Amino acid sequence: MYDVDAVRRDFPVLERTVGEFPLTYLDSANTSQKPRRVVETMAQHLLLHNANVARAMHLLGSEATEAYEGARAKVAAFVGARRPEEIVFTKNASEALNLAAYTLGSGLRPGDEVVISVMEHHSNIVPWQLACERSGATLRWFDVTDEGRLDLERAEREGLINERTRVVSLTWVSNVVGTVNPIARIAEQAHAVGATMVVDGSQAVPQLPVSVSALGADLVAFTGHKMLGPTGVGVLWGRYDLLAELPPFLGGGEMIEVVRMSGSTFAPPPHRFEAGTPPIAEAVGLGAAIDYLTVLGMDAVAAHEQEITRYALGALRGIEGLRILGPTEAIDRGGAISFVLDGVHPHDIMQLLDARGVAIRGGHHCARPLHERLGVQSSTRASGYLYTTEEEIDRLAEALVFTRDFFAGRMASGSGTARRRAAREEARRLRGAQPTQPDQTRTEVGA
Amino acid sequence: MTAGPDVNELYQEIILDHYREKHHAGLRDPFQSEVHHVNPTCGDELTLRVHLDGDTIDDVSYDALGCSISQASTSVMTDLVIGRTVDESMALFDEFRHMMHGQGRVQPDEDRLEDGIAFAGVAQFPARVKCALLGWSALRDALVRAGAEVPDNESEM
Ligand SMILES: Cc1ncc(COP(=O)(O)O)c(C=O)c1O
Repeated sequence: MYDVDAVRRDFPVLERTVGEFPLTYLDSANTSQKPRRVVETMAQHLLLHNANVARAMHLLGSEATEAYEGARAKVAAFVGARRPEEIVFTKNASEALNLAAYTLGSGLRPGDEVVISVMEHHSNIVPWQLACERSGATLRWFDVTDEGRLDLERAEREGLINERTRVVSLTWVSNVVGTVNPIARIAEQAHAVGATMVVDGSQAVPQLPVSVSALGADLVAFTGHKMLGPTGVGVLWGRYDLLAELPPFLGGGEMIEVVRMSGSTFAPPPHRFEAGTPPIAEAVGLGAAIDYLTVLGMDAVAAHEQEITRYALGALRGIEGLRILGPTEAIDRGGAISFVLDGVHPHDIMQLLDARGVAIRGGHHCARPLHERLGVQSSTRASGYLYTTEEEIDRLAEALVFTRDFFAGRMASGSGTARRRAAREEARRLRGAQPTQPDQTRTEVGA
Repeated sequence: MTAGPDVNELYQEIILDHYREKHHAGLRDPFQSEVHHVNPTCGDELTLRVHLDGDTIDDVSYDALGCSISQASTSVMTDLVIGRTVDESMALFDEFRHMMHGQGRVQPDEDRLEDGIAFAGVAQFPARVKCALLGWSALRDALVRAGAEVPDNESEM
């Protein structure tokens, strides 16, 4: 039995209050909170085992190297990689996707096609736009249905994936509408035409049991801070033989074999892609996060996520004036739930919820094209994680009803400032009668 | 743990009045310049036009998508600047900006800023200051593009 209360005790931040309200953290798709164990492991590493990796040969150097390479092995086992060398540490998912786009992009020619989707995070759009601009390749994309699922029929009809396709890069789980995409099926189509399948696993790896080998993808990017780890470390998993074919991304220390002034040769993967001193303590922290997730069990984490998502969808569906974007049932659906509330802008929702201790996100969540496609300018997103309780979802729902009524009440009420405005309008009319006001002295304010 | 500033100070009646009934909204002709400004963190978007008659701002018209703070601030701004000279308007922008960066400690002059004083409370919400300044920044940019002489004081932003 999954004991969410026991889990919560490992996250001191969840005990905070905001004024009279308990903190309700529902912004985990943005970044997750960290358990004590992760922070303590990092502190321990920095306080007692700190040295640079690979190049320092002394005792501390070998301890640090062991810790860093040990973290790589943990990540490899966690995602079902065939060997640790398939794990490249980056600073986040964005860098991992840029690495993929840059290195795969170097092989693109005019006439080649890269396929993404309209539901991507900007991190899986912009690097491909840049790669296409540099190479002259064409960027194409999957549309989504009104329900926020990939429009596979339309893609089929339009021959989206075809013999010109070189790369298909898709998010596994949407960070806005939560959709879980059929990666294995699309990877099969991509491979059938000889294309490389890249997956943005930023929202999937924290929530789902993952086996990259079974997924059918060639490269998978994800980010440490959304899976209980610290900021500053991300991962690109790659099939080893593919990584071995790819050119370097960033140049510098540690990624080389031999450097001569006339040219250099490069280290094999993963070090070829890890120029300079890597995020050592952060990787160690990510290793601790993975230990934590492994003890809980990813099946249990996924089941809890499903349960909370189902509960939250139910609670939100019950709020009049609220419309959920994307799938409204917890089927093939991750934990991010975005919605719009009649008459209240997401920024204002965020503010009122924040005042009641409920932390959510308002805006376009780095997915402006998806919002445009769904016909909304921005949205509000609630996202729970392995520490989220039904009680917190109740507080979210309550705060949303409060917010809706707060604005509805004030927007409907007669103008309390009418009198003051009438007086001003009179003043303005008078000013209009003498438009030049030559005698008005300008107040000088601090430049 | 602190409760943070009171949201009721943020959502003053004056602000919600302007949000409900935006003054001078809509895009109108004639105009000498049109600008499009966005707040990339939250996606608020504003298209704004100005028409000058000599030194005087004859009209400011706009089309905006955004939160109550950015919409109301733009509405209040149009009340303040239409009919005023460019210099006077930019002096008001200075005062308004000074208030917005004052973390709630700057006592605004109601005779000068009129409904704009309601935004003094926004100054306590650093994440929202940008919202309140969106319209003003767009106006300044539009005036520059319309060829007006605008004092160079961007450094305070
Ligand atoms: C789907 C998706 N892709 C990519 C990213 C980028 O992650 P990061 O900011 O850590 O690079 C995020 C998170 O913001 C995301 O949700």
